[in-house]
Amino acid sequence: MAASDRSVEMSHPESDQKSGVTPVLAARNVSKSYGGVAALSDVTLELLAGEAHALIGENGAGKSTLVKLLGGVLLPDSGLLEVAGEPVVMAGPADARDRGIAVIYQEPTLFPDLTVAENVFIGRQPLRSGRRIDFRAMNRAVNEIFDRLGVRLDPDRIARGLSIAEQQLVEIAKSLSLEAKVVIMDEPTASLSSVEVERLFRVVQTLRSHGTAVLFISHRLEEAFELCQRVTVLRDGTFVMSRELAGLTADDLIRAMVGRDVLARQHSGGAHGQTVLKVDHLTREGVFLDVSFEVAAGEVVALAGLVGAGRTEVARAVFGIDRYDAGTVTVAGRELRRGSPSAAMAAGIALVPEDRRQQGLVMDMSVADNISLASLPNLRRRGLLFAGVERAFARDWATRLQVKYGRMGNPVSSLSGGNQQKVVLAKWLSRRPSVLIVDEPTRGIDIGTKSEVHKLLAELAAQGVAVLVISSELPEVLTLADRILVMREGRLVATLTQAEASEERIIAAGTGQSLDSGDAEVSAK
Amino acid sequence: MVPEVTDQAPPAGARTVRERLTGLARWESALVVLLIAVVIFGGSLSSLFFSSYNLFTLCTNIGDLAIMALPMTLIILTGEIDLSVASILAISAETMGALISHGWSIGPIFVVVIAIGIVCGLINGLLVTRVGLPSLAVTIGTLTLFRGLANVILGPNTVSSFPAPFNTLGVNGFLGIAWLSWSVAIFLVLAVITAIVLRMTPFGRSLYAIGLSEEAAFHAGIRVKRIKLGLYVISGVVCALVGMLYAFELSSAGENIGIGFELQVVTIVLLGGVSIFGGRGTIIGVTLAAFVYAGLRSALLLGTSLNENDYQVVSGALLILSVLVPNAAALARRANDLFKLRARRQAGALSADTGG
Repeated sequence: MAASDRSVEMSHPESDQKSGVTPVLAARNVSKSYGGVAALSDVTLELLAGEAHALIGENGAGKSTLVKLLGGVLLPDSGLLEVAGEPVVMAGPADARDRGIAVIYQEPTLFPDLTVAENVFIGRQPLRSGRRIDFRAMNRAVNEIFDRLGVRLDPDRIARGLSIAEQQLVEIAKSLSLEAKVVIMDEPTASLSSVEVERLFRVVQTLRSHGTAVLFISHRLEEAFELCQRVTVLRDGTFVMSRELAGLTADDLIRAMVGRDVLARQHSGGAHGQTVLKVDHLTREGVFLDVSFEVAAGEVVALAGLVGAGRTEVARAVFGIDRYDAGTVTVAGRELRRGSPSAAMAAGIALVPEDRRQQGLVMDMSVADNISLASLPNLRRRGLLFAGVERAFARDWATRLQVKYGRMGNPVSSLSGGNQQKVVLAKWLSRRPSVLIVDEPTRGIDIGTKSEVHKLLAELAAQGVAVLVISSELPEVLTLADRILVMREGRLVATLTQAEASEERIIAAGTGQSLDSGDAEVSAK
Repeated sequence: MVPEVTDQAPPAGARTVRERLTGLARWESALVVLLIAVVIFGGSLSSLFFSSYNLFTLCTNIGDLAIMALPMTLIILTGEIDLSVASILAISAETMGALISHGWSIGPIFVVVIAIGIVCGLINGLLVTRVGLPSLAVTIGTLTLFRGLANVILGPNTVSSFPAPFNTLGVNGFLGIAWLSWSVAIFLVLAVITAIVLRMTPFGRSLYAIGLSEEAAFHAGIRVKRIKLGLYVISGVVCALVGMLYAFELSSAGENIGIGFELQVVTIVLLGGVSIFGGRGTIIGVTLAAFVYAGLRSALLLGTSLNENDYQVVSGALLILSVLVPNAAALARRANDLFKLRARRQAGALSADTGG
């Protein structure tokens, strides 16, 4: 069995070298199927005290299912879970929590109207006489936890308006207050800025030093290398390997995940056509200020910068989701009406939004209905819509984008993240836009699909579409863009051509730091 | 080991869709069965049930409610509600009464009534879409407001002399068909139109998208606010016209006309399988529900000692059942899971014994 012949070598000081150590949490040969489709088969995972363990695999590889099994949300069809060597049956998430397992999801769901401290202690607030909540004791306890984690957050603050990073910290504090021995983080860094990621990593180190095991799920391999000691790779619901990260390279992991090599896109670098999208002195009070740029036909322009720099907000204003206070948006020489997505669409703009689940898709509608949703008026025959016409249209575009779906009538929520994103792309590309704006087009999708999306965007540009990409992943920005616009605190602060762009330069411009070292490197090359 | 199938949160789609489709089909087939049962039940309780007089009464009782249920269906599909429908009916009927007693003819009254419908719909719609208030609160407010205005307009009078041919709408059947009331005939025509609009136009389809995810619909270029505003205006106009029709059928326009209709309309819509949360439901379901509702009422009033007030108990129970039953499957599933969990716990303990 692949699971049993691993040599377990831990970084934790007090441990044996061989497998005599009892894992704090283990899944042994677990399998799980949904309606006859195996999501996970015969997978084994061991978490040791004090380690950060990376769980990687493409979307659909079974990571989420495994997390749900470990977190007590699902029951395995076969196989065993062990907590500290004892076989257990998790009766539900609460049972898992009581056994010291905390799961922190990508986007935590706090109670927005309660304070940070109340969220940490929800359901078990310390009481004083008269069954009233002892706020002082509660805040003191929460402050202690934050001190231990080395983060600063006001326990009295109302949770509404906390950034996702801060919400995660609240969840981590909660797991600490429950004395969790295992903390499972499901893609915690997907929507964090690099500064927030660093803080999260420091917190994870603190957790480890207290002997907590951390299971870390991420699509960003460099993060796994930076943070984790061991890695488990899943592919198509099966176990590929589980071993120490030291000695492995990113290419090794990618091969293990995908089963093949992934090639990056080559820049066309060709000449561009006429300016299609022109954004002129666009201002929205308190959000972004005096933003001007142009995107030409066949050009890929990236908007880079920290999360919160105003990139998404500019895109939303251009597409008409949000209003703006001053400035103009012009498409092919014609000024757009403000605040009207339908006007933007009529002018040829398409926006693939940041939040796939809330904004990009109607999750409860079918794959076909989602693909055709933005094209319905064009699909009428004699004024009416016919199911056959729509299905053919949706099937055509699903095929073009290589969406993997069961049936056209399945709800889009049944697809993996990468395929959902392809559905969003199909929905917009089927309108044959002249301007395509994509906001974090590959967030939370697997490496294989990611490179497909990159290739697709390059092809669209080659066909003469003006492409505006917003991305927090600098390698992605550097791979895709002909020109990179960097935003900081609502302003456009730098424009870099592909030749002069480097990760250092983008970060420097985005954070407002001096360019010394970055410049030296660039000029040295 | 053959993997066991559990029903919990299936990500693989085939199953969910089949469940969902059959779930929907099941709801409408259940209504068909229910309708047949009601008809048999009614026939067995009283030989008068199938008399053309009783069928006509049944039709006049349900037609107006059923017509109002059509715009209500559209509004509930988008996740909103309009509880002011019966008050718009009243304001229109009582205005008509007042104008007739001032000697107006039907033509100009028709125009005024449509204007009333538009204004009432705009008030609801603008408060919901532009001011951003919850439709439940807004239309509870206008329910009282419009009703009050109606009573101010007509006062304590009752007008019961309407010009021919309108004064016989409540006595004569549609085109000489003795048992078919005008209201039901109009409803059937409107239902076909609404069903086509809902299924075969971008407008109709966008209602489902709005109900399931307003934000995603907006991002897809659907003009959510304008559509909702439009629906409230449509509802206002339809209900105002029903006000005229109902007053004609009743040969009376006075205080308290159509009082409580809004809840009966909502009951019919929900009984028809339209989700109170929006995004799901069909006109066929609502149509079946209207006849189930009317048939049951007629059967109980005709064949038992129950009176109109007693029927409110049935009506209320139907409302709760129509919200409860679609969720019953989920409840049953949870119970099933609990059962499986217990079984597995024993199995787990067993394999731990043998495996250790």
